[in-house]
Amino acid sequence: MNSNLKRRLASAAFIIGFFVLWEIVCRAFHISDIIVPKPSQIIETLWMRMPQLWPHTLQTLYTTLVGFGFGILAGVAIGMLIGSSRLAYDVAYPLLIGFASIPKVAVVPIFVLWFGAGAVPAILTAMIMSLFPIVVNVATGLATTEPELEDVMKALRASKLEILWNVGLPRAMPYFFASLKVAVTLAFVGAVISETVASNRGIGNVMMIASASFDVPLVFAGLFILAGLGVSLYVIFSFIEARVTGWAMRKDEFAMG
Amino acid sequence: MTSAIRPSVADGIDPFVELEKVTLTYGRGARTIPALGETSLKVGQGDFVALVGPSGCGKSTILKLVTGLIKATSGYVFVAGREVGAEPMRVGMAFQNPTLLPWLSIRDNVMLPLKIVEPFRHQYRAKRKTEFRDRVEALLAQVGLAGFGDKYPWQLSGGMMQRASLCRALIHDPQLLMLDEPFGALDQFTREELWAIMQDLWMSRRPTVLLVTHDLKEAGYLANRICVMRSRPGQIIEDKAVHFPRPRTIEVSYTPDFVAMTQHLRELIVSARPAKEAA
Ligand SMILES: Nc1ncnc2c1ncn2[C@@H]1O[C@H](COP(=O)(O)OP(=O)(O)OP(=O)(O)O)[C@@H](O)[C@H]1O
Ligand SMILES: [Mg+2]
Repeated sequence: MNSNLKRRLASAAFIIGFFVLWEIVCRAFHISDIIVPKPSQIIETLWMRMPQLWPHTLQTLYTTLVGFGFGILAGVAIGMLIGSSRLAYDVAYPLLIGFASIPKVAVVPIFVLWFGAGAVPAILTAMIMSLFPIVVNVATGLATTEPELEDVMKALRASKLEILWNVGLPRAMPYFFASLKVAVTLAFVGAVISETVASNRGIGNVMMIASASFDVPLVFAGLFILAGLGVSLYVIFSFIEARVTGWAMRKDEFAMG
Repeated sequence: MTSAIRPSVADGIDPFVELEKVTLTYGRGARTIPALGETSLKVGQGDFVALVGPSGCGKSTILKLVTGLIKATSGYVFVAGREVGAEPMRVGMAFQNPTLLPWLSIRDNVMLPLKIVEPFRHQYRAKRKTEFRDRVEALLAQVGLAGFGDKYPWQLSGGMMQRASLCRALIHDPQLLMLDEPFGALDQFTREELWAIMQDLWMSRRPTVLLVTHDLKEAGYLANRICVMRSRPGQIIEDKAVHFPRPRTIEVSYTPDFVAMTQHLRELIVSARPAKEAA
């Protein structure tokens, strides 16, 4: 408990120290606002421009979460398909790898072509960004079921579905939740990329316009919002992961919490 | 699937499990492994048969054939007079590692077969919290795990998990019990304790048991018959009846008769090991 507290204090001190140092360096070397604004100035901008930034923040959050939601649905479905059959695994895996190695920025123009600029390409980009880690993790979780456990189930005449439901899926859960915290950050990146390229709303778009007009403090304010959102999403899904799949960590805290 | 009818048995006893000239070859094409040469075996209902033999001789393969997990390359496997798989059969299995589900409590782990096997699965929802729960508790108590139902597998020692795994194999009153070295990873004292428990369980429920083991003392303590196998290809070379009265205790294993029997079996197995150049 004590060491846990210490670790948290240390990490908070490190973050604060980082910004203080940034502030000091900016002031000491008279670095221009156009290049790197001071943290104090960024926070001031955030505060002053909040009414203007807030709807865009919500927009980015919205496209991220909707895209992420679709990503989960599609990812779990594809992962289950691939993970529950050896044949599907062998056939689909190379395709999946190929798909995963396409830089996702490259597909944004295609989405824009199909659906026009706006929220839809952002949602789709968020979705395909978050898809891959979910698919791989669910499939891996399913495919690594102990063969002897499967023998026990088959000897009981359990159907494929029953094995999936009672053994495969619970087993894949830790993998699935571990993938969520990574996937949600990727969904977020996808949404912002798409907004930057082709949208008139969202934080990505705000940053684009701000940088075009050399409003550097606003660009950094956007960055701060993105960082804050990204960290929050990560923390939320880490927390869910720890709660739901405590058994996988084999800790005593699980039984109590 | 064609369901051949078992030919009548010449010697009169009605075997519950019968392997008739079964062979099994793993793999296809150039890389085939003849795991089991022509093997015949009859096991009466409620009998306790131990399979011993050198590593890789096909003991686990026989268990898989009898449970219908793999199909014989040639020959027939009959269970209860029908070709295996033709009729639903309550089967319990336990292995060297306990393979409990880490996300379920011990009680829920043991209850798993009740959730899947008829006739229990129909009543599962209704009786899960009452009758089935008592059933699990009673069985856990029988193997010395009273009060551990709420614990999770990782809170138990290896021996305790193995006991729970045995409970899972027995909870649905299996007609067939397949044990693949279930005591292999335990220390000597736990092992001997579990032999006694296993004997009690078998005597009170009388399932038909096939036990694979490397421990001849274990085979002699538990089984009515010991089948010795050789490898490449796997075959049964000796089928020995064990006549010590039950319930047996560990003392029986120190008697001259018992020692002579295990020594004889040991020599058989050593001579049945594949020659060096063949390996
Ligand atoms: N799935 C498989 N694919 C290919 N070969 C296999 C497979 N399972 C078993 N074999 C081979 O079949 C032979 C018999 O295997 P089996 O598992 O029945 O041996 P065993 O008597 O149980 O050995 P052990 O005492 O070491 O458990 C071995 O030579 C093994 O290499
Ligand atoms: Mg084996």
